[in-house]
Amino acid sequence: MSEAALKRDGANDPYAIPLADIDVSDPARFRDFTLWPYFERLRKEDPVHWCANGMFGPYWSVTKYKDIMQVETSHNIFSSDTELGGITIEDGNAKLGLPMFIAMDPPKHDEQRKTVSPIVSPENLAKLESTIRARVGMILDDLPVNETFNWVERVSIELTTQMLATLFDFPWEDRRKLTRWSDVATATPGSGIIDSYEQKMAEVMECGAYFTRLWNERVNAEPGNDLISMMAHSDAMRHMSPEEFLGNLLLLIVGGNDTTRNSITGGLLALNEFPDQYRKLRENPALISSMVPEIIRWQTPLAHMRRTAKMDTVLGGKTIRAGDKVVMWYVSGNRDEEAIERPNEFIIDRARPRQHLSFGFGIHRCVGNRLGEMQLRIVWEEILKRWPDQPIEVMGEPKRVYSCFVKGYESLPVRIRA
Amino acid sequence: MSKITFIEHNGTRHEVEIADGHSIMEGAVANMVPGIDADCGGACACATCHIHVDPEWLERLPAKSDMETSLLEFAPSPTEGSRLACQIKVSPCLAGMTVHLPEAQH
Repeated sequence: MSEAALKRDGANDPYAIPLADIDVSDPARFRDFTLWPYFERLRKEDPVHWCANGMFGPYWSVTKYKDIMQVETSHNIFSSDTELGGITIEDGNAKLGLPMFIAMDPPKHDEQRKTVSPIVSPENLAKLESTIRARVGMILDDLPVNETFNWVERVSIELTTQMLATLFDFPWEDRRKLTRWSDVATATPGSGIIDSYEQKMAEVMECGAYFTRLWNERVNAEPGNDLISMMAHSDAMRHMSPEEFLGNLLLLIVGGNDTTRNSITGGLLALNEFPDQYRKLRENPALISSMVPEIIRWQTPLAHMRRTAKMDTVLGGKTIRAGDKVVMWYVSGNRDEEAIERPNEFIIDRARPRQHLSFGFGIHRCVGNRLGEMQLRIVWEEILKRWPDQPIEVMGEPKRVYSCFVKGYESLPVRIRA
Repeated sequence: MSKITFIEHNGTRHEVEIADGHSIMEGAVANMVPGIDADCGGACACATCHIHVDPEWLERLPAKSDMETSLLEFAPSPTEGSRLACQIKVSPCLAGMTVHLPEAQH
């Protein structure tokens, strides 16, 4: 049987169902990793696609790079406002129902973003580098050898949680609470993380109470360099409502956590799937600088962002009506052969590796993109210092997250040979 | 062709001939001028081709769009003379212009 026939024989044949019935938002496809042929069909046959009966309601799928770029750069037409639906396919920012600056339009978005952005300024990143490197080193030195362990738990989660605790100046012994809140914030019941939306909101409120205590301590203290203190002492943010405070916190927790965590795991997995690239990297560690953006393209740790049309408009020849939900599938645009050469290959020395959609574009472009890149760079520099001659081996299949928003991993078994 | 001079933050000068009609960003990238990242490829969507233009040249440039203005507000250390190089097309009246590169694009 040919490969194509095999593909069509399976239960996951995107060509076996009418185009109109394709719903790429089904989280099971992301967990089972059967998403690609569906996006491929949409890119080919219906790049701006209406799904009337999606799991999360009716919506447009935008699957090609250039159309996504058009939505990204038309924030006057395509709104991010929580009141209209927010930035995830599930209304109200994964049903949190909280305002946060990523889910606002100008001018309020602009004021709040400007308050937060100094924490990731080039000068601040330079100050953070040695702290991050020391922490990465300790985590790596602590890993077992000749023994299979879960890379997600021991490296990816531990490192990103430590980073987040540093940025917030969060009580160190409680730092795993940040990991939990980050997971809860984006979770859908059924993912194994939460059982109900009631449970989700209860845990989110717990997070709010914890941070309110930190805020109250810092608003009365001298301004510091952590995010809470910066917000507490900023004109644009210190008068936030409790909901806005909690929403922006969760934005920073999720933004600084899941994304980097899953790229740390995704990079190791990709290098194992493309052993020639891993070899090339070990022979020339200078390629880390172009590999890092390629990992971020390859992983696309946030699979989509959502907008809501504020007025009737035309996109890719389709008429979109005011009020329609429009989902930009970064995960698909990053595999668009018209925008990226050999998009289904992981290539660590691409000429223009930063031409990818994972950070978004336009006024909502990821504020922490350089911090995320720096963390990945340091992780790989330190890995190659310790194990320059042989790969860290993936020993089995990863377990993937049940979500069409956070594209990530629950576990990845790996082994380091001594 | 018009000559545009790029001065890096550390003072290194790069004199580049750019074909009229091309953007300053395209000219910098094609000539490997360091410090112009241009992640979005010229769509006025990322602010990683931020440059500082001296006042005498600034008035000869076309006005900024709303999008360029918004993006520049989020760039590190914007000034009165901040522009995005992808939004400036080279023409004979810009021949000889000097632009300064910021310390970092992020």
